[in-house]
Amino acid sequence: MSVQSPLSSVNDFVVRFANVNGSGSASANELFARSILRHGVPVSPRNIFPSNIQGLPTWYEVRVTEQGHLGARGGVDMMVAMNPQTWDKDVASIEPGGYLFYDSTKPMPTSKFREDITVIGVPLTAITNSTYSDPRQRQLFKNIIYLGALCALLDLDPKVVELLIGEQYKGKEKLLSSNVHALHLGRDWALQNLKCPIGLRVRKSDKVGDRIFLEGNSAAALGAVYGGATVCAWYPITPSSSVAEAFTSHCKRYRHDPENGKAKYAIVQGEDELASIGIVIGASWNGARAFTATSGPGISLMTEFIGLSYFAEIPAVIMNIQRAGPSTGMPTRTQQCDVIACAYASHGDTKHVLLFPEDPAEAFEFAAAAFDLAERLQTTIFLMLDLDIGMNHRLCRPLKWDDARQYDRGKVMTAEMLDEGRDFGRYLDVDGDGIPYRTYPGAHPTKGSYFTRGTSRDRYARYSEEGAVYADNMQRLVRKFETAQDLVPRPLQANAAKPTKYGVIYFGSTSPAMDEAIGLLEARGHQLDRLRIRAFPFHSSVASFIADHDFVYVVEQNRDAQLRQLIVNENGIDPVRLVPILHYDGTPITARFIANAIGDHQDHLKVTPLRKAVS
Amino acid sequence: MTYIAKPKFHHPGLKKNELGYTHRDYEGKISTLCAGCGHDSITASIIEACYELSIEPHRVAKISGIGCSSKTPDYFLGNSHGFNSVHGRMPSVLTGANLANRDLIYLGVSGDGDSASIGFGQFAHSIRRAVNMTYIVENNGVYGLTKGQFSATADRGSKSKKGVTNTDNAIDLVAIALQLGATFVARSFSGDKTQLVPLIAAAIRHKGASFIDVISPCIAFNNHAGSTKSFDYVREHNDAVNRLDVVVGREPINVDYAPGTVQVVEQHDGTKLALRKLDADYDPHDRLGAMTFLQKHAAKGQIVTGLLYVDPDAEDLHTHLDTVETPLNTLDEVALCPGSGVLDKINASLR
Repeated sequence: MSVQSPLSSVNDFVVRFANVNGSGSASANELFARSILRHGVPVSPRNIFPSNIQGLPTWYEVRVTEQGHLGARGGVDMMVAMNPQTWDKDVASIEPGGYLFYDSTKPMPTSKFREDITVIGVPLTAITNSTYSDPRQRQLFKNIIYLGALCALLDLDPKVVELLIGEQYKGKEKLLSSNVHALHLGRDWALQNLKCPIGLRVRKSDKVGDRIFLEGNSAAALGAVYGGATVCAWYPITPSSSVAEAFTSHCKRYRHDPENGKAKYAIVQGEDELASIGIVIGASWNGARAFTATSGPGISLMTEFIGLSYFAEIPAVIMNIQRAGPSTGMPTRTQQCDVIACAYASHGDTKHVLLFPEDPAEAFEFAAAAFDLAERLQTTIFLMLDLDIGMNHRLCRPLKWDDARQYDRGKVMTAEMLDEGRDFGRYLDVDGDGIPYRTYPGAHPTKGSYFTRGTSRDRYARYSEEGAVYADNMQRLVRKFETAQDLVPRPLQANAAKPTKYGVIYFGSTSPAMDEAIGLLEARGHQLDRLRIRAFPFHSSVASFIADHDFVYVVEQNRDAQLRQLIVNENGIDPVRLVPILHYDGTPITARFIANAIGDHQDHLKVTPLRKAVS
Repeated sequence: MTYIAKPKFHHPGLKKNELGYTHRDYEGKISTLCAGCGHDSITASIIEACYELSIEPHRVAKISGIGCSSKTPDYFLGNSHGFNSVHGRMPSVLTGANLANRDLIYLGVSGDGDSASIGFGQFAHSIRRAVNMTYIVENNGVYGLTKGQFSATADRGSKSKKGVTNTDNAIDLVAIALQLGATFVARSFSGDKTQLVPLIAAAIRHKGASFIDVISPCIAFNNHAGSTKSFDYVREHNDAVNRLDVVVGREPINVDYAPGTVQVVEQHDGTKLALRKLDADYDPHDRLGAMTFLQKHAAKGQIVTGLLYVDPDAEDLHTHLDTVETPLNTLDEVALCPGSGVLDKINASLR
C-alpha cells in the first residue's frame, strides 16, 4: 500500500515529455503547451535536448503556472515516458505522489514502476497500429494520440486544442481532420478506460492577458529587422543558428521591395566565424547596419576582429547565444559563461558594451537598440542571450514599436558638412564625449577620406607610433566607454516590502527564477532588494546599490562568478561585499536553487549572541 | 618615409583624363616599402589603370589585409577610403563592404602570405561567392615584413636568401581561382607594366570575382639566385599567352593586327577587351583548357601570364542575393522598418 497520496493541483504542476530525438514529438508537445495557454493559464516550456539529430533522448518540460512563474521549477509531477532508453531515470525523477504516463502496449514488469506514483498506461502503439498503416503516420499520430489522452486526464477542453490544430493546418483540410481524428482517438480511449481527470488539472483562467509566446532568438532577429540591419553574416552554431534562420524568414516576409520583389537585405552564411565577423565589420565600415549571431566558440574565433572594431572604431553587433563552455562544452545546455570573454574580448586593453535581455521582449528591444548603440559608439555591441531565452518559447509582454522612432546613425560627417569646411579628423574628439566623426567611403571627391587601420594613428588617422599620440587615443577610448554608461539600458531596481540590509544582483535569463525566489525567501523571512543589471558598462546606480547594502548576492549561471568579477574589477568594490550564488550545471537556474542558496547564507548570518547560547 | 609630406604641386600641363583628373589625383602617400620593391610598380600600375579608366578616385574602396602588399593601398588613390584590416581577412571585409554599397569599386590588395596561408580560406570563399571585386595578390613568395620566411607560393626546390631549400609544394593561386569559379583570372609580372595595366583595367570593369596574381619580386629577401620569384627568373621564364588592350565606351577597336591574331571580348558594361594572341592555341574562354595549360607549363618551369580566363557574362553576389539596386547603406527606417502595424499582427499570431 502506498502511503503517498496522489498529487493534487490545479494550474500549478510540471509535465515532462521524454521523447526520442527526431520522432516528431516537438510539434505535439508544443501544441500541448499552447493549448494550456489558450485556457488562460501561463506555461513555461523548455527543451532539453542532446547535441544530436536523431535517436538520442530529448525532453520537453512544461511548467503550468497560474501564478506566472516562468523560470524552471525543478522536479516533475507527471512524466510522459515515451523513450525506453531513459525509462529508469525518467521514472526515478517523478516527485512522490506524481504520475507516470506510458505506452502500455507491451507489458512492463512491476519492478519498472514505483509504488509512490500513479501509473497511467495507454496502449498508444496498439491504438496507432490498428488505425494507421504508414510507418511515418504511425510515428506522428502517436504523438497526437497521447496529446488526446492527456486532454482527458488533465481536463483540457478539446475544443481549444482543435482550434489550435485548425490554425496550424489552415488551408490543409486533410491534415487538419486527420490530426483532430487522432486527438479524439486518444481522448476517447482515456475517457472510456481511465479515471479522468487525475489530480493534476487545468482550469480556465485569465492570467495570460495580452502576452505573447515566442523564442528569444526569433525575437532578437525581429529586433534586427526593426532596427534596420541589412547585412547578416553567420556561421551555424548551436544555440544561435535559429537567429539567422529567423532573420531570413522575417526578411523574406517584410523586407522585399513591393514593386520589384528585390531584397532589402543581404544574408551570407560565412565559411566560419572569422569571415562572418569580417563581413559585418566591412559592411558597418561602409555604413550598413550589420550583425552576426554566434555562441562561445564563435566568440573565441572572432576576438581579433573584435579588437579591430574597438580600436579602429567600427560598429558591429554580435548576438551571443551563450551555451555551456569552455571549449565545445555542452553545446545544447544553457549558461551565462561568456561575460568576461565578451567584456574584454581581444588582446590589448579592450572593453566592450554588453546588453543583457531577460526575455524575448527585451531581446527584441535590445537587438534594435544595439544597432543605434553600435553606430553611436562606433564599436562592437554584444547582445548576450543564452540558450534558455534563445531556444525556448517564453511568455512575455507584446512587442512594441514607435513609428516616430528614427535610427540613430551616430556621428557621420556628410559631403555637405565637409563642403561647409568642417574639420574632419577621424579620431578627433570634437564633442568631449570621446566619439569622433566618421565618413562613409565614397562620400566626397576630395575631402573626408581616411585610411582605416588596426595600427596606432593620430587624431587625423595618420599612422603614428608616438607614445603620446597612442596614449591620447587610448584615453579617448576610455572617455567613449564612459559615455556608453549613460546610453545603455539602465539597471532596474525593485525594493523589498520592508527596509533591508541585503540586496541581490542578477541579469538575463535568471530573471523569472529570481522573481519567484524573492517570494520563497520572503516566506522564510528574508527580505532582499533587487537590482537587475541590463548592460555593461555599469551605470553608477550599480555602485550605489552595493554601497546601500551590507551584503549583495550576485546570482549568475557560471562557475567563476563572472559578473561579480566584472563589478569588482570595474567599480573597485571590496569582493567580500558581493556573495556569489552560482548555478552552472547546464540546466536553467531555478527559484528553488536561488532561495535555498541565499536562504542558507542568510540563516548563517543570523548570529545567536554567545551569552544567550550558553545560558 | 611617411614623415615626408608629398608635395601637392604638379606641372600645369599635366595630361588630364575624361573627368579632368591628372595622374597625381590617383596617387597616395609616399611609399614606405624598400626602394625597387615590385609592389611599388603594381601601385603605379593601379594608378595608371584608374587614370585611364577615368574612375572617380573617391568611388574606389581599397581594402587589404596585413603585410608589405597590404600597406600599399596607402600609396595610391589618396582620396579613396582605405582599410588595412586583419591578416588574411581582406576578402571577408571586402565582401561586407560590397554588400553594404554595391555602387563602389572594390579593390582588394593582398599578398601571398595574406592570401595563400592565413587567408587561404577567405580567398577561396570570396571567389566562390562571386563578389564583384578586383582581387590582386602581390606575390613574392616570401614574408617580407618578418624578414624572409618562405610563403606558401614559394616553389618547391627554390632557395631562400639564407640558403634554405623549400621542400613544401607551392600553392598556385591562379589554378585555385580557376577551379573556384573566378570569372576573370589573370597573371602578370610587376616588371611588365604594359601587360599589367590593361589587365587591372579590365579586371576593374569586370562584373564578378576578378583575380590577378602579380609576381612581384621582393628586392630585400627574394631576388637572389635560386629564387623562382626574382626579377631575373621571372623574366627568363615568363610565358605570356596574350597581350590586352582595354577599350571603354563606343570607340571602335583599331585592329591593325594580322587576321586571326586578335580576339575581341565584350564585357557586360560594354568594355571591349582586345586580346592579341601570343599563343595561337590559347583560348581564354575555356576554363578547363586554361587549367590544363597552366599545369603543363608549370611542369616545364614556365610562368604563364596574361588574361587566362574571362567570362564576360559573369554574375555577382548581388545578383545571386537579388538585392535592390539602391545601396543597402542608404536605406532608412522608412525602407527597412515594417512598423507598428505589422508588429501588432505579429503579436496577434503569437498568442
